Amino acid sequence: MKTHLNTLYITTQGAYLGRQGEAVVVRCGKQTLGHLPLHNLAGIVCFGRVGCSPALLGACAEKGVAVSLLTERGRFLASVRGFTSGNVLLRRAQYKIADDPGVVLDVSRRIVMAKVANSRSVLLRTARDCDADDPRGAPLDSAAGRLGASIHELRQADAVNKVRGLEGEAATHYFGAFDALLSPVPDRDAFRFVRRSRRPPLDPINALISFLYTLLLHDARSACESVGLDPAVGFLHADRPGKPSLALDLIEEVRAFLADRLAFSLINRRQVAAGGFVVRDNGAVEMDDGTRKVVLAAYQQRKRDTITHPVLDEATTVGMLLHLQAALMARWIRGDIDAYPPFLWKG
Amino acid sequence: MYVLVTYDIQTLTPAGKRRLRHAAKACLDFGQRVQYSVFELKVDPAQWAQCRDRLLRIIDPEVDSVRFYYLGTNWEQRVEHHGAKPGLDIEGPLIL
Repeated sequence: MKTHLNTLYITTQGAYLGRQGEAVVVRCGKQTLGHLPLHNLAGIVCFGRVGCSPALLGACAEKGVAVSLLTERGRFLASVRGFTSGNVLLRRAQYKIADDPGVVLDVSRRIVMAKVANSRSVLLRTARDCDADDPRGAPLDSAAGRLGASIHELRQADAVNKVRGLEGEAATHYFGAFDALLSPVPDRDAFRFVRRSRRPPLDPINALISFLYTLLLHDARSACESVGLDPAVGFLHADRPGKPSLALDLIEEVRAFLADRLAFSLINRRQVAAGGFVVRDNGAVEMDDGTRKVVLAAYQQRKRDTITHPVLDEATTVGMLLHLQAALMARWIRGDIDAYPPFLWKG
Repeated sequence: MYVLVTYDIQTLTPAGKRRLRHAAKACLDFGQRVQYSVFELKVDPAQWAQCRDRLLRIIDPEVDSVRFYYLGTNWEQRVEHHGAKPGLDIEGPLIL
């Protein structure tokens, strides 16, 4: 059984990563910030102006440590990965079934149903904690009801575009009630959610969830690579050059459960404050360095929490979830199981 | 599993200094240095077999010694640190 390995995040601008034996050394100027053996790491994520020595990149590729380069604000730029070796048969099978409209419809429907069900669980979970006279209860309950109806409609969807349409509709309902997930914290007005905006995110909440989605995507790509799947060939997401469609498919199920809930608990627990966000000239909202570190630490901490996987019925960590889903995806593509079982969160 | 490795290597001769350097390198490939000749290693059994073998080949059993303390999975409760240079928690959030 594969264990959940840690990810190293480098946010110090001007840092340089080098290789020393089987370990990575993080330096900034003359100062050594850390020395970590590569076998303890699953990935390295560099934010902004961070250099890596060719020797380190080679060692990472060889040992299967994924290196991702992001802008300082967390937008994905590039990644360095080793050979997509070994599993050519699995990848051939993946391409083959990705061309079969019937199969694509089936798996897209499963993924979207799980996504909607998990979003619904997130809404209901908060609704359950609300008192009877709490004004947040009503929008949460009604949105959850609509999502329930969406699940029913999805079951009857007979074309992939129909599935995509219903997904969009469900997302509208979900984000319509999104603001009610926030507790009445002191700087609630600063964190008011109006609508989803990205590239650039226009308010703190959008900045927060976009950043978390980027982190999820890094993990999902690595998960695909590590089981031998091609992250670029997806089902629900259409192929486009440079788009990690399969990784995007994988994170649909866990977005609400992992990223959205984490974003809200960071605000509700006052771990991030309105002052930790900066507005740029073009209206884009960004986190400052302190806030970004808090978010990264919380995400890492969250990945260490234990859960029981509903399908495998095994105790595991949240950080292993994407790896397990990728492994189940691979098993389904190989034909070992009849259908891909998406992750369903029992809130 | 967690292993604490400590060694005492005689450095009176150039060969001894060489053994010291090599032992440190071997430990740094597998874990982190917490004090000058004290290392904490998070390894799986296969990696540990490799590391242990390498160390035992390096030392000269006539004059050097090396000690392995197996801390198990519950290591957090068995380790206490005071003073300068606190170690990095290899399982905690790694943000540098």
